[in-house]
Amino acid sequence: MPDTIADQGRDEGAYNYAYLDEQTKRMIRRAILKAVAVPGYQVPFGGREMPLPYGWGTGGIQITASIIGRDDTLKVIDQGADDTTNAVSIRRFFAKVAGVATTTRTEEATVIQTRHRVPETPLREGQILVFQVPIPEPLRMLEPRETETRTLHALSEYGVMQVSLYESIARHGRISKAYNYPVLVNGRYIMSPSPIPKFDNPKLDRNPALQLYGAGREKRIYAVPPHTPVKSLDFDDHPFEIERWTQCCDLCGSTESFLDEMIVDDEGTRRFICSDTDYCQERQEAQRLEAQSQKGERQ
Amino acid sequence: MSGIASRDIAPGLADPAHDSQRLFRTILDAFSHPGRIVSLPDAPAAVPPLSRAATAFVLTLVDRDTPLWLAPAFDTPAVRDFIRFHTGTLLVGSESEALFALLTPDRSPLFDAFAIGTDAYPDRSATLVVEVPSLTGGPPLALRGPGIDGQAQLSATGLPESFVAERAANHALFPCGVDLVLTAGAELVALPRSIVVER
Repeated sequence: MPDTIADQGRDEGAYNYAYLDEQTKRMIRRAILKAVAVPGYQVPFGGREMPLPYGWGTGGIQITASIIGRDDTLKVIDQGADDTTNAVSIRRFFAKVAGVATTTRTEEATVIQTRHRVPETPLREGQILVFQVPIPEPLRMLEPRETETRTLHALSEYGVMQVSLYESIARHGRISKAYNYPVLVNGRYIMSPSPIPKFDNPKLDRNPALQLYGAGREKRIYAVPPHTPVKSLDFDDHPFEIERWTQCCDLCGSTESFLDEMIVDDEGTRRFICSDTDYCQERQEAQRLEAQSQKGERQ
Repeated sequence: MSGIASRDIAPGLADPAHDSQRLFRTILDAFSHPGRIVSLPDAPAAVPPLSRAATAFVLTLVDRDTPLWLAPAFDTPAVRDFIRFHTGTLLVGSESEALFALLTPDRSPLFDAFAIGTDAYPDRSATLVVEVPSLTGGPPLALRGPGIDGQAQLSATGLPESFVAERAANHALFPCGVDLVLTAGAELVALPRSIVVER
């Protein structure tokens, strides 16, 4: 006798495959195809209520549910980590309602749902990266009216965004935006890359994987096809640049990855570790094996 | 007698949830890599004169929310009954009302009168499925744009002389315009509006 929703989901016929009904999946699939045909344009879709609150990845989950199949291997990350609450619950959700294999390894995954990071390990063709997006409209903080922002996109009238970046330089001496840094997709649409650190923006450019973005509360889907130019906005005399650390990762020693700063005691001692847990663990594993083989050689 | 006789209707997808998922992923792969010929997995039997690929495309994406327009060559009782029964779609007589259409390449002008969307809502546009004799062996066309690393090639047969010019006019409407799918047998190629097609 199934006594939890999860058990019912496993019970044949209690839920449709991958939770959403076929009519909803078709609607979302059509929206995804239009999003791919017009890169960076936000396609409205009939977002459904999902069994978790807005802000927890309902947009990304609806995309994943519409594309995922029994042959897929799913990875879910939250701020780069596979082991945080949001990532664990979404991964378990799909393991139950879609019966898919799950993994924490970027290389093994066919579908990667992410909140706020792009994996450090380069993606390859055939992989699909699904972003959870809180606010899909990059101009929203500058213009609250949807009718106006829609017209600005239609006319490709993006002066207001350049002015906001200029004001940031005038006030702070540099563009101070550190995450959700606006990008121009294929020279036409300004797009919100979701709240990824600007450190990840260069990874969006000409990425061989397909990028799908889902906003559940705002009911928008947009996409960046493989190999598509994605340019971070800047000025000739203030070129876009990513953040750098003087430290390296305390666990794996990486100087290339995005680092989280941890305060580990009451004295204010700081440690820096990779935000991408899979990348960090792969490197530690490789170092351990190398150390072992060197030890073996010496004996 | 005007009802649909169920014994005359060919079967649709054997396992709708999983078959349509696999078919959609293949179609998504085609849209993500314009010019790439994809072979539809386990495509259902064709409903002549439709190809297997066109039949599978319709079963995967068309439903009661998406009016469909049929070229006269495909407007047969067998096709109408099959599509109505399996998808519940509205078959429309006017091109401008359709969100999907099944075309033959001899239509001239090929894309005329279909919805291209608006500047504010370019997604409100038609997706046209054009049945061609073959996706290979024709005069090569060069493709550039999102989804293509450098350049891709398309050499479908049966496309009209005016195809490149019409396609260029469609691309010039960007972000508006129609999206194109070419089908032959159980294979399919996608040509979204974002792609530049040159001789």
